[in-house]
Amino acid sequence: MTLLEDLQHITEEEEEKDSKFKYHINICVAAGCLSSQSDVIKKTLQDEVNKCGLAEVCKVKGVGCMGPCSGGPVVALAESGVLYEHVKVEDCAEIVKSLEGKPVERLVQSTDTPFFKRQVKIVLENCGKIDPESITDYIAAGGYRALTHALAEMTPVEVVEEVKKSGLRGRGGAGYPTGLKWSTVAKAQSSGRKFVVCNADEGDPGAFMDRSVLESDPHRVLEGMAIAGYAVAADMGYVYVRAEYPLAIKRLKTAIKQAEQQGVLGNDICGTNFSFHVEIRLGAGAFVCGEETALLASIEGNRGQPRPRPPFPAIKGLWDRPTLINNVETFGNIAPIIRNGGEWFAGIGTEKSKGTKVFALAGKVQNTGLIEVPMGVTLREIVFDIGGGIPDGRSYKAVQTGGPSGGCIPAEHLDLPVDYESLARVGSIMGSGGMIVMDDTSNMVDVAKFFMEFCMTESCGKCVPCRVGTAQMYDLLTKMTEKRATPRDLALLEELCEVVKNTSLCGLGQTAPNPVLSTLEYFRHEYYEAITGGIPAGPAVEAVS
Amino acid sequence: MSVKTLVIDGKDVSGNDNQTVMEVARENGIRIPALCHLDGLTPVGACRMCVIEVKGLNKLLPACVTRIEEGMEVSTNSDRLQRYRRTILELLFSERNHICSVCVSNGHCDLQGLAARHGVTHVSVPYRYPSCPVDATHSRFILDHNRCILCTRCVRVCDEVEGAHTWDVMGRGIEARVITDLNQQWGTSGSCTSCSKCVHVCPTGALSEKGKSVAEMAKHREFLPYLKQMREDHR
Repeated sequence: MTLLEDLQHITEEEEEKDSKFKYHINICVAAGCLSSQSDVIKKTLQDEVNKCGLAEVCKVKGVGCMGPCSGGPVVALAESGVLYEHVKVEDCAEIVKSLEGKPVERLVQSTDTPFFKRQVKIVLENCGKIDPESITDYIAAGGYRALTHALAEMTPVEVVEEVKKSGLRGRGGAGYPTGLKWSTVAKAQSSGRKFVVCNADEGDPGAFMDRSVLESDPHRVLEGMAIAGYAVAADMGYVYVRAEYPLAIKRLKTAIKQAEQQGVLGNDICGTNFSFHVEIRLGAGAFVCGEETALLASIEGNRGQPRPRPPFPAIKGLWDRPTLINNVETFGNIAPIIRNGGEWFAGIGTEKSKGTKVFALAGKVQNTGLIEVPMGVTLREIVFDIGGGIPDGRSYKAVQTGGPSGGCIPAEHLDLPVDYESLARVGSIMGSGGMIVMDDTSNMVDVAKFFMEFCMTESCGKCVPCRVGTAQMYDLLTKMTEKRATPRDLALLEELCEVVKNTSLCGLGQTAPNPVLSTLEYFRHEYYEAITGGIPAGPAVEAVS
Repeated sequence: MSVKTLVIDGKDVSGNDNQTVMEVARENGIRIPALCHLDGLTPVGACRMCVIEVKGLNKLLPACVTRIEEGMEVSTNSDRLQRYRRTILELLFSERNHICSVCVSNGHCDLQGLAARHGVTHVSVPYRYPSCPVDATHSRFILDHNRCILCTRCVRVCDEVEGAHTWDVMGRGIEARVITDLNQQWGTSGSCTSCSKCVHVCPTGALSEKGKSVAEMAKHREFLPYLKQMREDHR
């Protein structure tokens, strides 16, 4: 039996098993809901089902993130589409009893809201639907078909072409064209091996996209990596995931083991001579290891600090071999692109930014959680329609995108389409997908100080401007928040921003001033208010003497 | 190997394609300042003093690791670069406790020399005055963290030339420190061969010989290009 027939067989079996159940109760077991004891609720639901003698017709299943994280623990009834939020242990009996009748009104969260309707799910298509710890669930949902299709029907060059055609750009933040990167690695001369690396060192404050994908649908990432391995002729893949994500690591480990048993990872996949193995490497808590050259140094067992590029990892990466590095969400897009074709993907989004983007919506917004929207939706739609606006009757002040490398976008740019170029034009970046909404109670100097402290403590210390400059800027911002600053301090801060941005070695230092620069641009008066002696007379403060 | 031609500071120059901008510039009498770079050690591009402007590129590039390219137009000393370099030097002076007048390396210090060359007459960023220890446990040498600029020349010379790898870096960001072995006292280091190479490549007074008074610690680095040449000939 070929692998494809095997997958088909599993799917049919799974469907047959599933058809015996009249009801499916899905409960989120990703980290957000688990933190409010969704595991206990899952067990209680199962107990209740058994007690009511429904075990034959009702299946209780742990699934990945469904999105509305602030409403956790979240329970969904697959057949009726009913969604329950804030479910407690004592609600379980009622939920099971009401399966045949009317849903439990007080727990119901309407899914007929923009939060659900406005989303387009590609990367998150299986999240909240399949059991992240079951490969058969993933296969039944169409999983690993893209890999078998690529291996059986496509040449590596055709795979790269398809990714190029899709217009997919790196979801780690910088937005480098994925197809171009793949073709560079594919063409790179190597006497020995090549490597594929998945960057899962998600570290921006407030960001949890990659964690959610790994916790909810780990096989999707493995499939993307295996397809990448085939496309660039690599036989080894590493997932570099931060140790602070124990659940993601556990599910990934399970997934790798299952995939190897299933024969979709390992030697001679699908009866071809293509072999691909995946191993996990744990990050030890350094933000800078999300920078690709520092990440590679860390995998090699060295101190995790960046080196100057070029040479780029695509030419000289792990152990000086050509290495393809993409982030979790980028790999998450690969299987659908191969399955549906690059043109399908390119039909979604804007002219230069294709497809969808997953955001972790957090901060002062009604609906915090994980969302996936097509590129080009406006910030207003995200914050006010999907996010449900600002709670407690406060007003919107800014949205912070791109974490410590990004900026704060004020109300005047709310109608900006979300794509790589537009966000860069207003002084922020797309980033990996963290989106923190701030209301009018936030002080922007405090915000800048928060991110500068982050950059200061996360700087590796290799290059002078980042090591000393971030510490000096942090001290200046502290002076401002304590109302001890002078106009001279502000001038100095601006000068340091320029030097650190232009002379630092890696992206961490080069973008560390962004939160300061963007708040200076849009909320300069708050800096003036932070200076003793009030607002300086001229528009520009005298240069440092 | 092929020859490439380029323009550095308005001057037409040429070099082999495996040469860096810094090497070609120096061959042509153009001095690009550097603190972490030292001939004979692997360049790391860390001090950022050698950043240059390349026409058509937004980003500044470190001359010590940037290979020359055909038709490149390089500017090594624009007003902007001079200003950035002064700020980097000021940041270094502010980072630890560099008191030249009482330093063993006064008059022989790369940091001091570059500051003089760049007209750093004062430091406009606040001094941080950190509390830094001095390790005088070694019988012949002293490590004074107050003067260290984390250029990692000691780390590289010990690893790449001496082969002992006694030195490394611990901690991160502003808290980073050079250490001997696994952060134990230098005098108790089992790997140190007391060869003194680290002392002599150190650009400041961070590493010095015992018994030297103020301004007496001149450094002798002739051994490095010599050893490098010997090794290449041997190969």
